[in-house]
Amino acid sequence: MPRFILRRAYFATLTILLVSIVVYGVFSILPFDPAALTCGQKCTPAIVEANRVKLGFDKPLWQQYWLFLSGIFLGRTYGAGSAEFTCPAPSFGYSFNENMCVTDMLAEALPVTINLAIGAFVIWITVGVGLGLLAAKFRGRYPDTISSVFVLLGTSLPTFVTGLFFLIYVTIKWKIVPLSLEGFTPITESPVKYLQYFILPWLTLAILYAAFYTRFTRATVLETLGEDYIRTARAKGLSERVVLLKHTMRAALAPITTSAGLDIAGLIGGAIITESIFNLAGLGRMTLQAVYEFDLSVVVATTILAATVVITMNLIVDIAYGYLDPRVRMK
Amino acid sequence: MKNLLEIKDLKVTFPTDDGFVQAVDGVSISVAPGETVAIVGESGSGKTVTSLSVIGLHNRKVTQITGSILVKDKDESLDIVSAPLDKIRSYRGRVVSMIFQDPMSSLHPYYKIGSQLAEAYLVHHPGKKEEANKKALEMLSLVGIPEPQVRAKEYPHQFSGGMRQRVMIAMALMNDPAVLIADEPTTALDVTVQAQILQLLKDLQKNLNMGILLITHDLGVVAQVADRVHVMYAGRIVEQGNVDDIFYSPHAPYTLGLLKSVPRIGSRGSERLKAIPGQPPSLINLPIGCAFAPRCEYISLADENSCENLRPQLLGNSDSHKSRCHVPEEKRDKLFTAEIKGART
Repeated sequence: MPRFILRRAYFATLTILLVSIVVYGVFSILPFDPAALTCGQKCTPAIVEANRVKLGFDKPLWQQYWLFLSGIFLGRTYGAGSAEFTCPAPSFGYSFNENMCVTDMLAEALPVTINLAIGAFVIWITVGVGLGLLAAKFRGRYPDTISSVFVLLGTSLPTFVTGLFFLIYVTIKWKIVPLSLEGFTPITESPVKYLQYFILPWLTLAILYAAFYTRFTRATVLETLGEDYIRTARAKGLSERVVLLKHTMRAALAPITTSAGLDIAGLIGGAIITESIFNLAGLGRMTLQAVYEFDLSVVVATTILAATVVITMNLIVDIAYGYLDPRVRMK
Repeated sequence: MKNLLEIKDLKVTFPTDDGFVQAVDGVSISVAPGETVAIVGESGSGKTVTSLSVIGLHNRKVTQITGSILVKDKDESLDIVSAPLDKIRSYRGRVVSMIFQDPMSSLHPYYKIGSQLAEAYLVHHPGKKEEANKKALEMLSLVGIPEPQVRAKEYPHQFSGGMRQRVMIAMALMNDPAVLIADEPTTALDVTVQAQILQLLKDLQKNLNMGILLITHDLGVVAQVADRVHVMYAGRIVEQGNVDDIFYSPHAPYTLGLLKSVPRIGSRGSERLKAIPGQPPSLINLPIGCAFAPRCEYISLADENSCENLRPQLLGNSDSHKSRCHVPEEKRDKLFTAEIKGART
């Protein structure tokens, strides 16, 4: 097993490196002059040139990439003399639009996105797996019918519809959840404000994913219930409850875990629509804003970060699968 | 009740989109201690449906079951057809156990062998974990698995097919059941492994004095282990008798056809297998007459039109050997015995 993990980790690192090269390359050959974008309205060619040197855009592409890469580990110093400033390691570049090191921006946005993703995950996995189990157990009867209505609604309503519905009705018209004005507050500081900030975005995301997981769980459980080893379990004299919750769920766990891991990774990469609707200062919204403003260093950093999260999650899922399925573990 | 298991006039009907399927129609079978009773028949003849009824594994909401299935547990007996489900559950794996056709898929892939075995004991002896583990090791060595201590900690995929069937047998015997139902226990196995498993079942039966209800389509298996045989066709028993009766003087044309279709070692390669012509009938709306009539070669020997219009009864001159056929028994006895001899020489 440790050998397997090491091997997978090695390939994951290699993939991340490759992704960073491609991303950096793609954004660098775009027909923008990053230096020109850094100066304001009273722009003169002299300022552009100065900024170009200051940010290192005057160097050849491979050198720029190298500076970017080494910056992640060593930190990076821009400019010279009195105008010199440093983004300490790990540095993902400098945003001229925000006048901030990208790392600091990430550090602000990432907790919001992670809290959003984890909270939504807890809701959707509970609702989705629970409802899916119920639907499978009462197949063809009314719990199944109700859950299939939910699945249909949940999967067909896009987040910008459910999100706007929540915002307009629950917050503005019915005033059930007040508008969060103070932005992100950690749960340790004020659980009430934390919930106020997150509850509707969580629900918006959770409805979509819960619908998908209901369908997925139902299908997986029904498939497992048809397996020969479930018949064996019944032939032992086990109760239906043990057959369903122990023998069947144990088998259904592996595919659900795989799917959940990748979906969380996707959300951490940025729930752009949801974050934009609810004005959450997360990674998705930050990326979107950076794209609008051609803030390339931010776009490069968030893209690589998202890719890294997906690759890492893949690795974790692979390792988890090894623990969940003994047949994989042995190989 | 002398018998461990008494099935009387069992009828099992499944509703389908095309109509009602009469999978089992009036089957009566009994199993005494230490006895092996075989049910033989082709796919769809109702043998597995019968065996699943005995352990109450049909979905009661959709399946219609009538008749009675009495199972003896010491001094009391239970009718599986009418008993409440939790009562049936207390019999499953304790009084009646079952082993299945495919040992590859009948064990849970994610649990260790030892814990799967122990679970079978714990269901009926709640809380006795240590005893269960001890019993699991005991049973593993009883069914001939070397190093049970080591093997109990392994998963099903680390076992070969034959070993897995041994594990299945060990699991079925965890609570010393009175009756073991073996549904095609050797079909998925190599011939050599098949022989080992059958021998194992025989030995265990001798030691534990179990009754075995063996479901199979393999006449070779029947000849090797069965005491009495029931031949099923289209949901009904067409012939029942001792092994010798069935193999040396079959009375039903279907049994004869089955026996003649068995390939013989040493037959010339150019010789074609003697298959029974035609197809088994659909179990929806069976013909009113003999279900085998459309495929039968001996209709001309019976009274005119009786095969098409009248369902034959299960009758015989002796109590132990009965068959369903309109052809007079004396005629059949001589003719079929001669045919079987001819086919075997």
